[in-house]
Parts: sequence; structure tokens; C-alpha cells
Amino acid sequence: MTNKFISLAHGGSTGEPGKGGTMKILVGVKRVIDYNVRVQINREGTGVITDGVKMSINPFDEIAVEQALRIKDAGGADEVIAVSIGPGAAQQQLRTALAMGADRAILVETDAEVQPLAAARVLLKLIEKEEPSLVMLGKQAIDDDANQTGQMLAALWDKPQATFISALDVTDGKARAVREVDAGLESIEVSLPAVFTVDLRLNEPRFVKMPDIMKAKRKPLETIALDDIGIEAPPMVENLGCEPPPKRAGGTKVDSVDALISALKDKGVL
Amino acid sequence: MTDRDVMEYDVVIVGGGPAGLACAIRLKQIKPELSVCLLEKASEIGAHALSGAVMFPKPMDDLLPEWRENQPGFCVEVRRDQFLFLTRRKAFRIPTPPQMRNHGNFVISQGALVRQLGEKAEALGVDVFPGFAGAEALIEDGKVIGVRCGDMGVEADNKPGPAYAPGVDIHAGVTVLAEGCRGSMSKQLIREFRLDAGRTPQTYGLGFKELWQLPKGRGEPGRVVHTAGWPLDSKTYGGSFLYHLPDDQIYIGFVVGLDYQDPNFAPFEAFQQYKHHPKIKALLDGGELISSGARTLAEGGIQAMPKLEAPGMILIGDAAGMLNVAKIKGIHKAVRSGMTAAEHLTETGSAEGFDACWHASYSATRLRKVRNIRPGFNKGMVWGFVNAAWETLTGGRSPWTLKTHADHESLKRVDGAEVAAVEAKWHAQRQLPPRDRLASVYLANTAHDENQPVHLHVADTSICATQCYEEYRNPCTRFCPAQVYEIVEDEAGGDRRLQINASNCVHCKACDIKDPYQIINWVPPEGGSGPNYQNL
Repeated sequence: MTNKFISLAHGGSTGEPGKGGTMKILVGVKRVIDYNVRVQINREGTGVITDGVKMSINPFDEIAVEQALRIKDAGGADEVIAVSIGPGAAQQQLRTALAMGADRAILVETDAEVQPLAAARVLLKLIEKEEPSLVMLGKQAIDDDANQTGQMLAALWDKPQATFISALDVTDGKARAVREVDAGLESIEVSLPAVFTVDLRLNEPRFVKMPDIMKAKRKPLETIALDDIGIEAPPMVENLGCEPPPKRAGGTKVDSVDALISALKDKGVL
Repeated sequence: MTDRDVMEYDVVIVGGGPAGLACAIRLKQIKPELSVCLLEKASEIGAHALSGAVMFPKPMDDLLPEWRENQPGFCVEVRRDQFLFLTRRKAFRIPTPPQMRNHGNFVISQGALVRQLGEKAEALGVDVFPGFAGAEALIEDGKVIGVRCGDMGVEADNKPGPAYAPGVDIHAGVTVLAEGCRGSMSKQLIREFRLDAGRTPQTYGLGFKELWQLPKGRGEPGRVVHTAGWPLDSKTYGGSFLYHLPDDQIYIGFVVGLDYQDPNFAPFEAFQQYKHHPKIKALLDGGELISSGARTLAEGGIQAMPKLEAPGMILIGDAAGMLNVAKIKGIHKAVRSGMTAAEHLTETGSAEGFDACWHASYSATRLRKVRNIRPGFNKGMVWGFVNAAWETLTGGRSPWTLKTHADHESLKRVDGAEVAAVEAKWHAQRQLPPRDRLASVYLANTAHDENQPVHLHVADTSICATQCYEEYRNPCTRFCPAQVYEIVEDEAGGDRRLQINASNCVHCKACDIKDPYQIINWVPPEGGSGPNYQNL
């Protein structure tokens, strides 16, 4: 069930041009444990094991990158900039975004944990520098599932936001987005620049092609130390400990309805 | 005609295991100006790598002398060696065969090792492409000219989907096949160029492996235990391994010769049964199973190795069957063969002469010495041990070479007789995880896009429903470690059909080998599919 709708017949500049007259899209890319991997808690119970574990682009961010590229391919933007905040190894994920088609990448490097407010503040700094018309983020990262960065960023930046989007149409400095909300779908219109957080059904990311991986190696990737970016971001949340979910006890089979009822009564659920 | 991109390289290597990566690294060490490309079907280097493993370190010392200072994770020097013979309830200590003494060797994770080799290769300028499967060899005028990568985004009906991306053609002066045991492209080329002419048939083993976290204080880092005997009968070749890692973790595994005869035999169940031996269960009780997987290995020895070259291509590592079965080690041979290949290629500039070059090497001498040990077990365990002792005492100087046989021909027929429901019985007795094969697959983190074509091609499924059911009772439903094959009967119990759960596949290749009619053909699924092993 993927929504492929994107109509950008309108070529050239569609939003407010940023610095230098070019339309830029800034896309957030977080390095997370791959969604196929069974996550394990470390022995000390302080976090999860990442050593030797497959890491990937947060799947929602991959969708955000894809959407940014589709907007650019349709003439709606001039440049797609992929941004990550995290360890040096996050360059791998940025290289993947570059291989998908992003034009350049910025890594704000830190080995410390990055919480949503800190991420939003860093992104705001980059926005001030790059002046993008659209900021595309995943609706949440699959590691902490916080679902906060996009909203915080919009507030700090004081710009409109469209969250959980499953369709997007950008024309004439405005964006129409379809949001996945509890009651169904909500269509909204926001003026640009704005922050978008994408949901699963927005698109199906492309496969990376081998020649593009080679090209990506030569695309610019700028690294900035977090300390040099000048933000205050004391951790707002303290991790007290991690533990695996309790083990499920084996079920039992009953041979009649009566037995089932009495078993349920024994458990106190009836 | 699909429009395909073409990329040109001096050398293309298929497979990012120890053989392929050692070859890539050595090529760049000798001639940095060579352009080298390496394809790996796993989502990342190491994700399909699974081996015991105890490694003899000499070839690694020669390839990357600094590796000991910066050891990969899950690496520990062997400190204690034990060889046990198991009966149903007891374990007897027997002398460790000289080939299996492990002093100076290292318990390693092959996954962690190749991940490190992959980084090294990239740093040296090799273009490493994980997530891209070599689908078929490109042959022109009787010469291999490169590799076609698998298409991405093909839908289940074999038609291109919306994200379709045709695989790239890689043209190279030399194609190096380092796919590991029963590589699909190696199989294609061995057949095409009749590289197995005059060799005895390759014979295989199927290995299972699990990583466990034991309760604190129970591990003994560097301790290595091998067993033979129970639960296998004397006609079935195989045994277990148990390697203690740091931090109370252990690798535990079981290898079964795929020349087993009983069609009702279920290798996965044998492994689980072994774990319930009083001696072993006591160790595992209270521990946690962390990950698991399975992979076949070549056991035929030097007499079953195909010719290692054809015009434009060479075979290395376990794709060529270079495992030393007596030592139960192959990683060192894989690394060494990759290095030998690189040295040959940089010296001569072509594949020609590699077969002779390898056969003149020390590796070949070693394999020749032990050539008769594994086939000795074809006549049962007792004869096997006697023969192994003789071959060891004489240093392999026997004037004869024992023949191997094809594994798909070894099954006895059930011919309509009911087979005992041993599987159900074992299930009932099981106390240690995994609960069943599907629980084990879950811990292999295996993933295939469900919308891609089935990558297990069965030429004629009507054979499954009738002939195979009558003759062998569908052994594929038992030998597959991932429960890919199921025979589904309709309500009335009349119609039977084969159901292939391809997304469970852990890429072990046992079906391609053991299927008695040889109608199963394993082809690589979409690149990046398959298990995501962590440190196996």
C-alpha cells in the first residue's frame, strides 16, 4: 500500500529561494540498528548491544530522503542535503543517502547520546546556515521512537509543520500534505519553509545502484564537531536502566469450553 | 533488452568471505593500481558468514601481520582442548586426534573477522559492494568476461516492480569465485566448463551454530570441546563443537555429513538432541540463546576439488572445496588460497596456470596428506577411526585414494513404509531453546522481501507430491534447517503439494545438495536478502 502520488508539473523554483537563490531540501538521516536485527540488551542493563550489529538509515529517514529526491527530480528543488548527528560511523549512512542521490552531506559528530531537543537545536543551527525551504525528517527513529525532533524543530524555528505525512505536493511556495491521523487522513496546506515528518506510506525508497555508490564516494561530506556548533543541549531524559520484556510462559491447551472457563476463572480474568 | 550499466574492473571477486577478501587485500598490497571489485550478497560484509570457528592463524599472520594487535571481536586463543565420545548418558574422554590439536589457534567469529577484512580491503581501495548478488557469470567465446549482478525490485511474478533496478554487468579481466560452499555461480561454471571431470563427487556437511550467553562464571575462555557419537548412529558422520568465548559466552554447534542414509533423519533435531545430553545441558541450563544459523561445508577433500580455473576465472576457498576435514578447519585455507590467487594473478596477469600453481603449494600438500580420512567414514564410524589412525600414522602415504560419493544418492528409500514421527517425540522432550526451526530462523535475523520471486527453483514439483513422497517421504521437509519446505495436504488428505517458504531461507544450500532428484536449484535472491548473522 504505497502512495506514489507526487505531481510537480511546475518546474523550477517552487518555494522561497534560500541563500544564493537555490531551493534546498535538508533531510535528517539517523544511524540506527537495522530493523531486521533482534535488539539485545547489554549485560550491565545500561543500553542495547551495538557492537558488531548491523546499522542502517532509520527507515523513516530513508523515506524522507526518497521524497526529497523525488521533489528534486521533478524540478521542485535544486539541492538535497543529507544531515546526520552521531558518531563518525554515521558517515556510512550519509554515503548511502548520497548514493541514493543526495547532493552533499553534513555530519555533526558526537559520540554522546543525542536526545530530540539537542537534535532539533543542531538542525536549527544548520538551517540558519543553509536556509532550506523544506526540512524533511522521519516521523520518528526506530531506536528511541521519540517522535519529537520534527515538532521541536518547527517550534524552535517558528515555522509550520506537517507531521506523519503520507502524501506531499509542493507548488508555488506552498505544500499540501496528507497526514495520517488517528481518525483517518487529514489534508493540510502549509506555507514554505516548513518541517515535514514522513510516515511509512509516503513512498517506497529506491534501490541504490552500484555506479551511484561509486559517485557517492566523491560527493562532499562535511564533518563538524558537535562542540563547534555552539548549542546548549543538556540531556533532558536520564536512562535509568534497560531490561528485556518478561519471558512469556508457555500456554496450555484445554479440551473443552468448560475447562477453558474454569481456567480463566482460576486466573481471575472471568 | 534491459538497459544495463556496465562497470569495468581488472578483477571482480564474487563473495566477501575470508577467501575473497584475502584475495582482494593481497591484490592491492602487491599492485595498488589494479582496480578490484568485490560483490557480497549479504546486506553487509559478515552478515552471511558462519563458521565454528577455530582458526589456524599463520595465513592471517602472513596477510596482515598486525591483525593480532587489533583482533576482531569474539577472538580468544585456544587454551584447552578436549575430545569426547558421547553415549546417550555418558561422555568418555578420548585422545584428541593430532590434526585436531588446537594449541596456538584462535577461537574466532568468522563474521567479525571478515567485517574487519572488509574494512581493510576498502581502506586499500577495493570497491566492496555488499547487498549485491552475483547472479550469473558472463561468458563470451568460451571465456568468462565478468559477472551480472542480480536485478532488484522484481516482483513475485517475475515482472519488474515500480522500484525495479536492473543489475549491473561487471566486466573484468579475471573473475574470482569465492562464494563459499556450493556457490551458485561456481555451480554454473563448474558445469559449463566441466571442471569436475575426472574428480570424485563433492561431498558435504551441514553445520549448525548457536551463540549462548551462559550464567556468570560458567564459561572458560579458550576452552575447546569436540564430540563424536550420540545422537548420531555409527553410519552417520558428524559431531559437535563447543567453544568458550570471553564473558561467559559460547559457540555451540553440530555438523552432520550430508551423505547420511536414513531419509527420516533430521539434522536440526540431532543438534537439539545433542544439546540435551546431560553433560551439555548442564552447561546451557539457565543460559540464553542469542543467535543461530546454519551453513553447509565441503568435505570431499582434494580428490573432489574441481579444476581451479577456466578461461577468465578462478575458484578459491570453500567454493573450490578447500576445507581440511581432518582438522575441521577451512578459514586458513580460504585466506591462503585468496593470497595464492592474488600472487598468481599479479605475476601472470591471467587465470591460466592457477590450478597447477595451487596444486604445487603447501596447502595442496597438506590436503593430500589427509585426503583419505573423511571418506574412511563412509563405512561407518569404527572403520573410520581405524582408517584415520592409519592415515595419520603413515602421514597419508597410502598408495590409494579413497573415493567420495554424491550426497544426493546416499538416501535409502522408505518405499511407502510409514516413517516414525521422531520429530514430534523430540519436540515434546525439548527443554532448551529454540522451540523449533522457526524459532531458530528468528534468531538468524533472516529477511527476504516477500514480494520477490521464490529463489528456490524446483524444476518439477509433481515429483514432490508423488514420487518423492513414496520413495523418501520428502526429506527436504527435514534436512532444511529453516523449514523452507513444507508438504501441504488438503483437508481430505488426498492432494499433496510442495509449499516453499522462501523467506525463511538462511542460504545454507543443503537443499541444492541433498535433494535426491537434484531438482532444487538455489539461486541468489535479491541482494541484501538472507540472514543477518551477528558475530557467528
